[in-house]
Parts: sequence; C-alpha cells; structure tokens
Amino acid sequence: MVEIASPIAPIRRSVSYDPVIIALLGLAALLCFAKPILPDFLIRVPEAWVPPLANWLDTFFEFIKGDLDTGRPGLIHLTRWFAEGPLAFLLGVTANLLEGKHRWPFFDPLPWSTVAAVAAVIGYYLGGWRLALLGGGTFVWTALVGQWKIAMQTLSVLAVAAPLAFLIGLTLGIMAWKWGWFERMIKPVLAILQTIPFFTYLLPAVIFFKVGPTAGAIATTIYAIPPMVLMTTLGLKKVAPEIIEAGKMSGCTRLQMLFRVFIPSARTEILVGVNQVIMLCLAMVVLTAFIGMPGLGGKLLAMMNSFKLGRSFEIGVTIVLVAITLDRMSKAWVVKLPVHHERGTPWHIRHKYLVMAVAAFVFFLLLSQFVDILDKVGRKQSLSMGREIDTVIKGALAIDAVKSVTETIRYVLNVWVLIPFRNALLWIPTPAFILVVVAFAWGFGGKRPALFATAFFTTVAFSGWWDRSVITLYSVISAVILSVMIGVPLGILASRSKTWATRILLVCDTAQTFPSFIYLLPAIMLFGVSDVTVVLSIVIFTTVPLTRYTIEGLRNVPAEMTEAADMSGATRRQKLLNVQLPMALPTMAVGFNQAIMFAFFMVIIAAFIGTQDLGQELQRTLAGTDLGKNFVLGMNVALMALTFDLTLMSWAGKKNKMLGLSAR
Amino acid sequence: MSTQTPVIRCRNVWKLFGANPEQYLKTMPAGRSYEDIHADGYIAGVKDVSVDVGRGEMLVIMGLSGSGKSTLVRCFSRLHDITGGTIEVEGQDVMALSEKELIELRRSKMGMVFQSFGLLPHRTVLDNVAFPLEMRGQNRHDRRERALEVIKLVGLEGREDYFPRELSGGQQQRVGIARSLAIEPDIWFLDEPFSALDPLIRREMQDEFLRLQEMLGKTIVFITHDFDEALRLADRIAIMKNGAIEQCDTPDQIVLKPRTPYVRKFTEEIEKSRVVHAGVLAKPINGTAVEGDPVAGDLTIHQLARQLVGDTRDNLPVAGKDGALIGVLNRQTALDVLLGDG
Repeated sequence: MVEIASPIAPIRRSVSYDPVIIALLGLAALLCFAKPILPDFLIRVPEAWVPPLANWLDTFFEFIKGDLDTGRPGLIHLTRWFAEGPLAFLLGVTANLLEGKHRWPFFDPLPWSTVAAVAAVIGYYLGGWRLALLGGGTFVWTALVGQWKIAMQTLSVLAVAAPLAFLIGLTLGIMAWKWGWFERMIKPVLAILQTIPFFTYLLPAVIFFKVGPTAGAIATTIYAIPPMVLMTTLGLKKVAPEIIEAGKMSGCTRLQMLFRVFIPSARTEILVGVNQVIMLCLAMVVLTAFIGMPGLGGKLLAMMNSFKLGRSFEIGVTIVLVAITLDRMSKAWVVKLPVHHERGTPWHIRHKYLVMAVAAFVFFLLLSQFVDILDKVGRKQSLSMGREIDTVIKGALAIDAVKSVTETIRYVLNVWVLIPFRNALLWIPTPAFILVVVAFAWGFGGKRPALFATAFFTTVAFSGWWDRSVITLYSVISAVILSVMIGVPLGILASRSKTWATRILLVCDTAQTFPSFIYLLPAIMLFGVSDVTVVLSIVIFTTVPLTRYTIEGLRNVPAEMTEAADMSGATRRQKLLNVQLPMALPTMAVGFNQAIMFAFFMVIIAAFIGTQDLGQELQRTLAGTDLGKNFVLGMNVALMALTFDLTLMSWAGKKNKMLGLSAR
Repeated sequence: MSTQTPVIRCRNVWKLFGANPEQYLKTMPAGRSYEDIHADGYIAGVKDVSVDVGRGEMLVIMGLSGSGKSTLVRCFSRLHDITGGTIEVEGQDVMALSEKELIELRRSKMGMVFQSFGLLPHRTVLDNVAFPLEMRGQNRHDRRERALEVIKLVGLEGREDYFPRELSGGQQQRVGIARSLAIEPDIWFLDEPFSALDPLIRREMQDEFLRLQEMLGKTIVFITHDFDEALRLADRIAIMKNGAIEQCDTPDQIVLKPRTPYVRKFTEEIEKSRVVHAGVLAKPINGTAVEGDPVAGDLTIHQLARQLVGDTRDNLPVAGKDGALIGVLNRQTALDVLLGDG
C-alpha cells in the first residue's frame, strides 16, 4: 500500500490552500458583497470605455480586402479569382459527376447503383464483408429514402475540400517539422483556429469566396487543416532514428530523405490525419447550411425549422451512416498494411480489388441504362416514411406519461436550476467574475494559465459583449456539469466489466464521428424549441468524450497498482477512490477539457434554436457583411475556450508527469 | 591485419553534446575528466579518441550502453559531426566534405547495419535491399539483379516480396545486412547488429557473419556490448568507457594483459584458454632445446588442452600457418592459462 499511497498523496494536497487563490477569491467575494455600494464601472465596463474594436477591424478588413467594383487592389481579387477559377472548376467537376450539375464535363450524374457498388468494393478491400455491407448499404439507403441528390451535393463539396485540406495540412506540417520557428509561429494559430466558433469561419468565407459551394468548400477546408498539420508533424518527428540513419547511410539527398524515407515511415500518423480531415470536413460541410449551402445539412436545417421530425430523423440517419462509413473506411485504411503476393501471381489476381471495382462499376452502369430504378430513385418511388415517422414521434411525445416527464424535466431544470444559475452569473460584478476565473486558472494550471486567463477575460470584458459572453459561459458550464453527472458514473460503471467497457467505448467512438449538428435532433424532439433544449443538446454532445475518457483513464491504470490494492485488502470502493480514480484523473481531465471545447462549439450551433448569447449575435452577422463584429464575437468565444483549454491541459500534463504516466 | 595506410584514421576525436560545444572545447583546460566536463554542463560522447582501422581488419568496439561506442561509429560515417580532432576515411578528411561529397562517399564506400534493423516498413525485402542503389540512380533492372544477388548471399531467397513485418527478427537483420552490402561497400559498420536477437539466433547470425566476412574480406567496425561476441569476432577490440578508449588490442592481449581495472573486470569472468592462442604465448626459441612435433600456433590453449596435459615435454615447439617454427611454448605457462592461474 505504501507504493500506491506515495504517488497519490501529492494529488490530494494539490488543490492547495494557496494564499494567492485565497486572496483572489476573497477579493471577488468582497466585490460581490459590496455590490450595492460599488460604483457602476466596477460592476460592468461602461459603454464609453469599450474600444470600437469592431470598427477598427472593419477598417482593417476593408483595407486588405480591396474592392471589386472600384477595382481597388486587395486580397479579394485573388480569392475571388481562386473561387471563380480553379475552385469553381473542381467543384463543378465533382458536382457534375455526382449530382449531374450542368458543368464540365457535362456527363449525366453517375447512377446511384454504381456509386453504391464501388463503395461496397472499397469497403470489402479495406475491411472485408462488414465494411462492404456498411459502404454499400449506406448508399443504398440514401438512394432508397430519396435523398440521393442532397447527399451528393454534400459529398461533391467534401470531395474537393478534403483533398485540399489534406494537401495544405501536409505541406504546413512538413514545414513545421522542418523549421522550429515556423512550428512555434503556427502552433498558437492552430490552437486559436480550433477554438474559433465555426460562424467566424463562415462569414469571411462568404465575403472572400462568394456565397455558395465555393465559400462552403473554403470554410470546410480551413476548418479541417489544423489536425492534419499536427498529425503530420507528429508522425515525422516519430520516425525512428535508425530509419533516418539508414536513409542517410544509403546516400539519400534531402529530397529523397523526405519523400522516400520520412513521409512513407510516417504513414500511420498521416493517415490518422486523413481520417480526421474527412470527419471534420463532413461536420463542417453539414454546418455550411447556415450560409445557405444546399445538401444534407441544408435540408436538415430546413426540416428542423419547420419541425418536420420524421424527415429530420431520416436525414439524420443518412448523415450518421455517411459519417460512420467514412470513418470506418479511413480508419481501416490506417491499419491496412501491404501484404506480399507469391511470385508469379497473375496481374488480375494482384489487382483483384481494382478489377472488381471496375467490373462492378461497368456492370451497374450498363444495367442502369435499362433498369431505371438503378439509375435514379424518383420522388414517388422512394421509401421515405417521413410523414409516418413524424406522426409516430409526435404521437409518442404527446402520450401523457412521456409528456409529463419531459415537462417536469423542463420545468425543474428551467425554474430551479438554469434560470437561477444564469441570473446569479449575470449578477456577479465583472471584476469579481474575472477574479474567480483567474483563481481557477491559478489553482489548476499555475501561473501561466492564470496570466492568460486575466488577459483573455479582461479582453472579453472590454469587448462590449460581456453579458452575452456570460450567458454563453453559463450554457457551457451548466451543460458540462450535467454531463459530468451523467458521463463519469456511466464511465465508472462501464469500466467494471471489460465487455461493457469495450461496448460503451465503441458507442462513444462512433458517436464522436457524428457531425455535431446531429446532436440537436434528439434534444429538439424531446423538448421542442426552448432554453432547456440548448443545454440538453450540449449535454448529449459532451457526455460522449467524458464517458470515453473516464473509461480510458480507468482502464489504463497499471495492472500492478490495482493488484497491489487488491492484495492490500481494499474493497472495490476503496480501490476506486484511492487507487483508480486518482490515477485516472489526468486522463479524465483531458476528457473534461474536450467536453468544454465541444460545449463551446455546440452552444454556438444551438443558437439557431433561439438563445441570447454570442452565438445568436454571430448568426445574425452571417446575414450581413459585418466582418468586424463577427470577429469580435468569435474572438470572445475563442478566448474563453482557450482559457479552459490552457488551464486544464496544463493541469493534466503536470499530474501525468507527477504520476509518471506518459502524457496522452 | 594490414600495415598499409589505415582505412579509417582518427586523431584526438572529441564529440561533446551541450549548448556550445566547439567554444567549450577550445577553452577547456587539458586533462578534464568525464565528470568535470559533465559538471560544466556537457556530455562527452567521444573523448579524445585516436584509433586506426586497417584494410581488411575487423575492429570491435566494446562498451556498456552510454560508453560512446555508437557515437564514435557515427562520427566515422559523419552521421554525427565531431567537435574536435580529425577523422580521415581513405585519406579524406570527412569533416571537410561537402554535402554532395559526403553523399557520394556513403553511396559508394560505406554500408551500415543497425541494432533495430532500420528497415523501411513500406518496402518489400527486395525494395529495401535495392534502396541504396535506387538512391544513387541505378536503373531498375540492374538494381534488381544486384539486390537478388545479395539476398541470396544472406540466405533470404524466396522472401523477396515479403514486407519487413512479415519476417522474424533474424530474417529482418539479414535484410539489413543485405541492404548494407548492396552497394559493395569498402567499409562496413555494424552497430550491435545481433543485440536485438534471441541468444540462439544470435549465435547463428555470428557464424553467418563470419562466413560472409571470410568471403568478402571487408574493413569492419563492429559494435557490441557483449564481451564474448567481441572475443569471438574481433581482430582487435577497443574497450570504451565514458567516451574514451580504455584499451585497444588483440583479444589475446586484452585477456592476458588488461591495462586498466575496468578492462580487468571484463576479463575476470572469461575462460582465458578459449581466447589465448598458442602462437601468442610462444617465446622465441633462443637456444631452448625443442623436440618432437610442433603444435599449430593458431589453436587456442583450450583446443590444445588434452595434448598439454598428456605431453611430457617442458617446452613445445610452435609452428606458424606455413609450418615454420615460430617459437616455443612453455607447458607450465600454458597449463597455468588453462587452469586459470595465468
């Protein structure tokens, strides 16, 4: 027990009674108590003190943007040229092939059966029958429920954005690996890019790259670049020194080293990057619905707006299926390793999958010329049961028992929890609020995160959007607290048995591939359009990483430690509280952090349900050309998110080091 | 061993790791020990090493992990840039080479085998072996032919299309060996090539390696932390500690006359009779009466044990490879070695 107790003792003590924290919290409490007699400027930053940041930004953007009408030089000439030239061309090609848009090369759209068949062969190549079934089945479903066209609209953007993000990410990743200064420069930029709400990507994309698929593709591409850069750099750094030396001793030049040694050896990480690029692209391309992009996302948005639950549900299923298919296939590609053929194997056996794919394609192409249903599934023929499902869902929700439960939850949460909490947060004077956040950052992260917290939250206070920021934060905090109450016990429970742990992990992994938009669906179905829905959709979304990391953390406690606890005669409960949880805490903190990041992301999307936070304002900017305001709002979200990110990650890192576990 | 100009000649070579090693080395007073240097914030990877490697010689560098043996061999091939001193390979100062010349040198004269093989995971055996040839721009047909030749040489025929992960450790190292031999190097570096292998496979690979060396007669720098392996393979052994060479000598001399306590510690566990050869123990004849049949000088005392015990002569004549007498072996001295009293 001694061995176990020693690494744990410092953790208990680590939430220490640091005088700095006491001073910060004391001062905050003082400010709160003294609120009635405080001068106004200590309660909120007065309007007059708020610098017109949005205007400055507008001027700045206007300057670098240039003007198309007057011909004033600027960035927009370049971006519009790109959008209307090469990008529009590429998008035109994929749109023509997949959905039959009237663009070069002016083919008819591919019959759905050919796409499904080829997807099945690719699935078979990558992962056998199960993936073949998944790949083929997804497209068959899509065609049969009559969503082929919108699905192809989505995929045609994805087919351009994902490769583009891959290439740019790979190049930047190589540069960051090659030059330390470049990496130091790009890292904070990537961190900010990953926390900026997606509405902030969308407006500049629209302004610089025109409304429609081009803007959607650009926003999607930029959104998907960061993980590719990080994975590329990581992979290249991880290449074994002996492989590098073997390359040098073989007389490689620098270029040969890069392309023949480093990149192929970093294959796994680069392919993991590809998987993330694809998944992020899908998540984003669905969200481009908010700038009027047609496709699965657009349709889903429209259906949800008109409260057609049945059709929404069907589209949701399609999006989920496409997500799972893309995820499983790209992950299977990561672990797929080349296998040799015996000498003298004929060509068509060596390339049997290629032969199969071509054969299936040609077969269905010809067949669909004669059998119309294999070419297009018409509106009347589709098996969509939107209306029926709609009736069923709405009927189920209208059952008294169900209704009383949802009503009660809504009432209790709203009246007893959410609204009081929100009002309390709004009541706190701004300086006191900042002090509490800084105390939190200091206590967990240390000096550096505390400094950043001070700077970040002060900036938010002076941005002129304090109240809306607090409301945003309130949604995030209440949702994350709720999901901790669900996710952590669920994780602990699941990790008791190996089979359940694996099962729940699989569910979580699968759920994490769903585009975030999807998570709104169940919340809206259950609670309609209300404040509770916003919080609950975030809860559903954030419970996934929390559960996942709780299980991971508990599972990765070294076996000797739990065995030592067992041999010391610990009960299950003692073992959990004294050994497993302390050891798993750093990993759980990573999950907690991810949950907060997800929450910040979701709260902005949920804006369209109707909130009073930053997301709402952000969404409004999309209608105009108010770039400055859009950026200020986005910046506020990013700064708050970064504060949590820095604090929690620094805490997890410190704890892992202390416990001698490798950082995850 | 050859007496011609050495293939690798290194003089007072230093390799320091730290913030500003060149500057530090220039201002460092003479005679600073490894610990002194460490206290100054630097690690002496290689510390004032001077050693020559003759043509066709097999020099084994022996030392525990962290002794600087791998660093030293990487200085020879300039995988590491040295901090001070000179290293000449075939008369060329390696530090003076441009990047292009260095690449040329590695493409034409050097081969290296690594402890954990360093194979490229995405290439087949054939493509791994042909890799150095591909780098120097040989055409597909030629490099395939040459690669198949070396693959056959290391006994991996029929496995050309396998990927590294489909092979056992011993087989993977055979691929590593084949790759290093593909360009027909003059100098062959082997960095603990058999350390990652099971004892049985290791033994087998050592035999294989001796067979290859007999056939090819390359100049070899071989690194190991295994003293038995060093004794088994070496023409000369250089024992390293803390970046410096403690002793560089033939196995016989190292066992018979360890120069430092550190070297002695290694030799203590060794059965000397299995290392020491009759020819080394033999003294000049100088009028000693010799009678009877001579014993062969290239046999170890252990191999002669039966004869030594049974023989009645005080002094046995020793013959060289050509059969001519090279000296006499005092039976008592030999028996002392055999019984561990030497």
